[in-house]
Amino acid sequence: MPVNPELVGREFPPTASYLVGREKVREFARAVFADDPQHTDPAAAQALGYADVVAPPTFAIVVQELTLQQLLAEPDSGIVLSRVLHAEQRFAYARPIVAGDELTGRLSVSGIRTIGGNAMVTSQTAITDASGAHVVTATSILVVGEADA
Amino acid sequence: MTVLAVGDIVAERTIHLTRESLVRYAGAAGDFNPIHYRDDIAAAVGLPGVLAHGMLTMGLAVQTIVPWLGDAGRILDYGVRFPRPVVVDPETGAELTVIAKVGAVDDETARIDLTVTHADTTVLGKAQVRVRLA
Repeated sequence: MPVNPELVGREFPPTASYLVGREKVREFARAVFADDPQHTDPAAAQALGYADVVAPPTFAIVVQELTLQQLLAEPDSGIVLSRVLHAEQRFAYARPIVAGDELTGRLSVSGIRTIGGNAMVTSQTAITDASGAHVVTATSILVVGEADA
Repeated sequence: MTVLAVGDIVAERTIHLTRESLVRYAGAAGDFNPIHYRDDIAAAVGLPGVLAHGMLTMGLAVQTIVPWLGDAGRILDYGVRFPRPVVVDPETGAELTVIAKVGAVDDETARIDLTVTHADTTVLGKAQVRVRLA
């Protein structure tokens, strides 16, 4: 089935609070070849004025991923994971994510365009901290191929 | 930070990706799309092989400039396009080269353009990082 155009404008509930752990930041840093000590050494991060290790800039994808799973879990989405390719990604930061942050993501689908047999799905995930302050907004464009019937 | 001019190279590095890198990234990021670790599924959906996560390429690319910036908190905005996939060979992996160049500069911010190449092909499009200089 094709991607459901009625996903545009659908409201998704905020994700459960995600507590950013120091070891998770270290694990992610290693995975993206982030060798600067601010990502792994609390003393190096504190020297820069942060409470704990600083997450690599693309760490926000971890919270965004939780919101994309909400999208995939919609029974009428028409999206099959193995048919999804990433076309574009952007992050707009109010501040970096730091270990100890409690983050919540809220997804909105802003557009679906069909090109050939593919659908280009544009979505935003607004990520806020425990005080409700904006931390980062992640925008992605996914290309979704039509699944076999 | 020293005075920057458009065209200056501020950082560069080469990263060798293996299938292990992809599995490690999948776990760290929570992205378990099987096209990043299963040859049979990659082939079944018409891909030339198992691909690196676009987000892995995006993530390792920006990390090239963090030691130069000194503080990842200076990054205000970062966006990329993924025009061409990075196929990671099960035996030989894939080599990615990242070059970070000043694309534009004003009093307070600069735009750093990242060029990421694999096998002489550019794999990220319009990879631009807006950074705070002061």
